[in-house]
Amino acid sequence: MKIPLTYNLRNLTVRKTTTVMTALGIALTVAVLLSVAALVQGLRTSLQASAHPLHVLVTRKGSTAELNSITTPEQFQTVKAKPGIAKNAQGEPRVSQELITVVVLESPENPAGINITVRGLTAVGMAMREDARLVEGRMFRTGQREIVVGRGIAERYPMARMGRKIEFGRGYWEVVGVVDAGRSAASSEMFVDLNQLAADQGRQSALSSILVRAADQVSMQALMNELSSDRGLNLDAQAEKAYYEAQTSSAAPIQIVGTFVAVIMAIGSSFAAMNTMYAAVARRAAEIGTLRVLGFSRLGILTSFFIESLLLSLLGGLLGCLLVLPLNNMQTAIGSFVTFSEISFQFEITPQIMMVGLLFSLIMGATGGLFPAGSAARKQILVALRQG
Amino acid sequence: MSRHLSLIFKNSLRNKRRSVLTILSIAVSLCLLGVLMALYHSFFHSEAPEEQALRLIVRNRVSLANPLPLSYKQRIAGVNGVKDVMVFQWFGGTYKDARDPANFFARFAVDPEKLSTNFPEYKMSEDQWKAFLSEQTACIVGRKTAARHNMRPGMRVVLAGDIFPVKLQLTVRGIYDADRDNENMFFHFKYLNESLSQGQMDHVGTFSVRLERVEDAGMVAKAIDDMFRNAPLQTKTETEKAFELSFIAFLGNVKAFLLLICGAVTFTILLVAGNTMAMSVRERVREVGILKTLGYTPGAVMGLLMGESVAMSILGGGIGLGLAYGLCAVLRESPSMFTDMSRITVPPPVALIAMGVAAAIGILSCVVPAYNASRRPIVEALRFTD
Repeated sequence: MKIPLTYNLRNLTVRKTTTVMTALGIALTVAVLLSVAALVQGLRTSLQASAHPLHVLVTRKGSTAELNSITTPEQFQTVKAKPGIAKNAQGEPRVSQELITVVVLESPENPAGINITVRGLTAVGMAMREDARLVEGRMFRTGQREIVVGRGIAERYPMARMGRKIEFGRGYWEVVGVVDAGRSAASSEMFVDLNQLAADQGRQSALSSILVRAADQVSMQALMNELSSDRGLNLDAQAEKAYYEAQTSSAAPIQIVGTFVAVIMAIGSSFAAMNTMYAAVARRAAEIGTLRVLGFSRLGILTSFFIESLLLSLLGGLLGCLLVLPLNNMQTAIGSFVTFSEISFQFEITPQIMMVGLLFSLIMGATGGLFPAGSAARKQILVALRQG
Repeated sequence: MSRHLSLIFKNSLRNKRRSVLTILSIAVSLCLLGVLMALYHSFFHSEAPEEQALRLIVRNRVSLANPLPLSYKQRIAGVNGVKDVMVFQWFGGTYKDARDPANFFARFAVDPEKLSTNFPEYKMSEDQWKAFLSEQTACIVGRKTAARHNMRPGMRVVLAGDIFPVKLQLTVRGIYDADRDNENMFFHFKYLNESLSQGQMDHVGTFSVRLERVEDAGMVAKAIDDMFRNAPLQTKTETEKAFELSFIAFLGNVKAFLLLICGAVTFTILLVAGNTMAMSVRERVREVGILKTLGYTPGAVMGLLMGESVAMSILGGGIGLGLAYGLCAVLRESPSMFTDMSRITVPPPVALIAMGVAAAIGILSCVVPAYNASRRPIVEALRFTD
């Protein structure tokens, strides 16, 4: 015979303060774990959104990032002529040679300034970023020192708002437009005319990377092989997806520290849950005796107290999920050690993350509840009845 | 007084399991708090060691990814208050398999003859310094990294460049010791520079400047930046400490992150301790009635209960601090990206704050239940059933 669940629920509500305090301790622990998970998830989503499934990123052999890649206009011409490349409406191959550099922008949050990516490209390159919609102003014009900024940048950096002038290289660049690229990395970049930037940096013959749109999945693999194995080119081709996925590691330090903290806090919280459950067992000794007299088995008692502990921790887990909910969609940013510039993204709390949080709380409840439940089940009927 | 102490002691032994659990959970949380505060302290509050305070870093104002011309070195050396300028070029690159984080250590291309003057904290035997200087492909590594990768003088090390499209064939000629950051590798900038193509040659990411006097830091930094104000490539000069901090800022808002977690941890301990104390006081209401019948004043009763709570949390705090010291020792030994991490310890002010937090938690967690119990009329207290 099983002890009904309502028995446990009512017991938890009788000692409201104790229940709430124990649950809150668990909730905070879960909240720490979940906020870190939400940060990593947000970063991952942003990086995944940044990659087009048919895009191939071509860089100098040996370089790990667009920023330290060098490609020449001659290499660009050779790449353009390769088979398997998608064409636009005008019949031009959708290949974009780009120049990437970083500038320091200051914000109230970071007065010392943070590195932001500036990308020099042509109209073909801009058109390859289909998810980037112009939400304010207009595109930069060829031959002008004009700059279009990602929405994340415009929001976080007052000096990069519409109409302002940003100073870098040999002078000022006027902000003429803002693009919204959703969660993708383009929202945390700035875009300028390729030739203007190359001239400004004195890098007309040493540009950064080449972005290629493959015609379809099949030709994409062949194209990557062809580009990487061409000895004359001496270039590396990789799927843009793989390139961005590698950058998720930027959150590793925060992830490691956060998880470490959450695990240690969980140990402390399990001790607390254990305390609460031992107290519950002690207080209800007579009750346990009565239950045994009524015919409930030792196993039934054990299960009942164990379940009560799980319920207690589950309450904590749910509270923890509620606590981190306000974080969802909150804008934040992290430096990438691959690109040496900032990736801005939003915290993202998914159902899976919440499930992990609840599971985590249940583990705390289980470790905290097992021994007290065992001691409840071991009680001798007569001794138990005399107690309390 | 000693009578009271023994009563407090006996009381806390009454429910041993609960006391142990409470002390342990306070210990675990305070250990965490100690380590986090130590981290915060070493990043944001520690004074730069004397040798480091004498160094400035000059880099391109736009960003670290943009280099400066090598020719700036001579001009910086001419600034008043500058003792010496050394090329300090981050090489990056990969050693063996880059996917294994254990293979990460910092590699710098430097002017070898200036390394010992700019970084006097690096200790190495005379012979090894000589061997390092006399061979263009020589390199030296810190004791910690050398031990981790089993590097010995005479060993060959191949570094594949990522920022620089070169493969360097180096030979270890020395192992240096230092109190902090004995994890780096240094080799001749000349070797790197001569392997580069025309486009990348004669460019430097950062210069390390050694000052004559610490007090001149601000003035010299300004003088250097002013000198290049109208040059095509402008500079940003800051102390080495500030330069290191800018990397931490890069990880996100570390300051707020650490403070927030510290807050959450403290609040959690408060909940745990408060809960236990409320439980143990509630069990004892009848006893409080008896004590008061025997003539104990409400104040004395409250003192007894508070004393027990404070004693337990201070004991927990002490154990926690011990654990924190141990954990810091482990952190010091593990590979880290930040030099500050390699000498992390729990400094006295942090230990003091942690113990203060423990005491405060002992008081706060108990004050409400103790007050209520001590003010309860005797008759009611004696009748109280839990």
